[in-house]
Amino acid sequence: MEDSLFSIAVNGIFVQNFLLVQFLGLCSFVGVSKETKSAAGMSAAVLFVMIMASIASFLIYTYLLLPMGLTFLTTISFIIVIAFLVQLVEFIIRKYSPPLYRSLGIFLPLITTNCAILGVVILNARLDYGFIQSVFYGITAGLGYTMVMLLMAAIREKSNALKVPEAVEGLPHAFFITTLLSMAFVSYFQVIPT
Amino acid sequence: MNPVAIIGGSALVIGGIGFLVGIILIWASQKFAVETNPLVEEVIEVLPGANCGACGYAGCADFGEKVVDGLAPVDGCPVGGFDTAKLVGELLGQEVKEAESIYPFVRCNGGLHCTDNIDYVGIEDCRAVMMTSIGEKGCKYGCMGRGTCVRACPFGAIEIGEDHFPHINKNLCKSCGLCVEVCPNGVMVMANDSEQVHVLCRSHDKGKAVKAVCEFGCIGCKICVKNCPAEAITVTNFLAEIDQEKCTNCGQCVEKCPQKSIVMRSVEATA
Repeated sequence: MEDSLFSIAVNGIFVQNFLLVQFLGLCSFVGVSKETKSAAGMSAAVLFVMIMASIASFLIYTYLLLPMGLTFLTTISFIIVIAFLVQLVEFIIRKYSPPLYRSLGIFLPLITTNCAILGVVILNARLDYGFIQSVFYGITAGLGYTMVMLLMAAIREKSNALKVPEAVEGLPHAFFITTLLSMAFVSYFQVIPT
Repeated sequence: MNPVAIIGGSALVIGGIGFLVGIILIWASQKFAVETNPLVEEVIEVLPGANCGACGYAGCADFGEKVVDGLAPVDGCPVGGFDTAKLVGELLGQEVKEAESIYPFVRCNGGLHCTDNIDYVGIEDCRAVMMTSIGEKGCKYGCMGRGTCVRACPFGAIEIGEDHFPHINKNLCKSCGLCVEVCPNGVMVMANDSEQVHVLCRSHDKGKAVKAVCEFGCIGCKICVKNCPAEAITVTNFLAEIDQEKCTNCGQCVEKCPQKSIVMRSVEATA
């Protein structure tokens, strides 16, 4: 499939937004979007891991798994790569930004099991993207993630002053916001033919 | 492709990736190692863990680190109070003296006895009320009773009573001061437990203007100044202020105040 970089970008950021259209990686989305600051940190970490994972998994898939006919190992080898990258990011963040490390908390190791990242690399493999396309898709998917995270965090920060009924306080409230945001993305961006 | 080659290839590929990745991680864990003092963990263990930030640091973990480094005072946690300070002191080999507990109180006595400027309908939050051009209450210094402090309190120690005032439950209050910080009008104030006599008014308006809007506001009549045996009260800009260092809690001013805006806190707390 020959996709131009532009259509990959529009796809990754809006039309096939990983959070609001494909519903991948919702755990960290709801968990870390309470403050803009930690949401930005989380997004940066996810963006970094997505790009690195796209590069590493492309190399493994094209030069190792395809020639050897071992494509059934795609998922497991990608998971190893992602787990490795997350561990590396965790080391680096703990060393250079302890406050960010603490505010991300459990969600940092959970990037390992963040399906958005595995989603990116598996889609890359499935769509037979070339190297540049793969990396570009990783970047745009990460940017889409970042955008929605910041949107959500801003909305949740503003709505702190609202007095909502006790039954929907907290998580249910976040789900309502997610639903409304998601409706906008699904119905608006999917009218554009790709 | 025969099965042996497939199994062998798979083992080689996955094993190879795993081995490589493992080696890099071992290298990285040494390169980016963070030294942690085991004492820090122990100190964090005895802290309340509310992460309220009342100590001035970013949460309990940060405070624990700073205490061990000697950058923060041992009794710096207002939430844990004396008990926590003692535990932290034991861990660090320092002695801790018991400090007096402090509680917040509302420096306003208006409430239902203060007239309303407008019929406010909107977000139930003092900060939102403050954004209206003239304010809800006739007195711009007073407590609006919309419960911003109630929602800011992490310990559920404040509730709005029928008199539209925040009431502080001393048993639940941990003296963290978040309510003082969040109050948009600065009506909430911290005071030592032994400081009992307080002027429950912040209005610097002239006596006539205060009387027009509030039954219990300070009009600056100076009767309290004349009656105070300890000379602890001064009136500046139509508002009485009590010097807590000189005050002996005799209660003369409470009796003599024509507006009943000076109050004994112990009485007020039980009322």
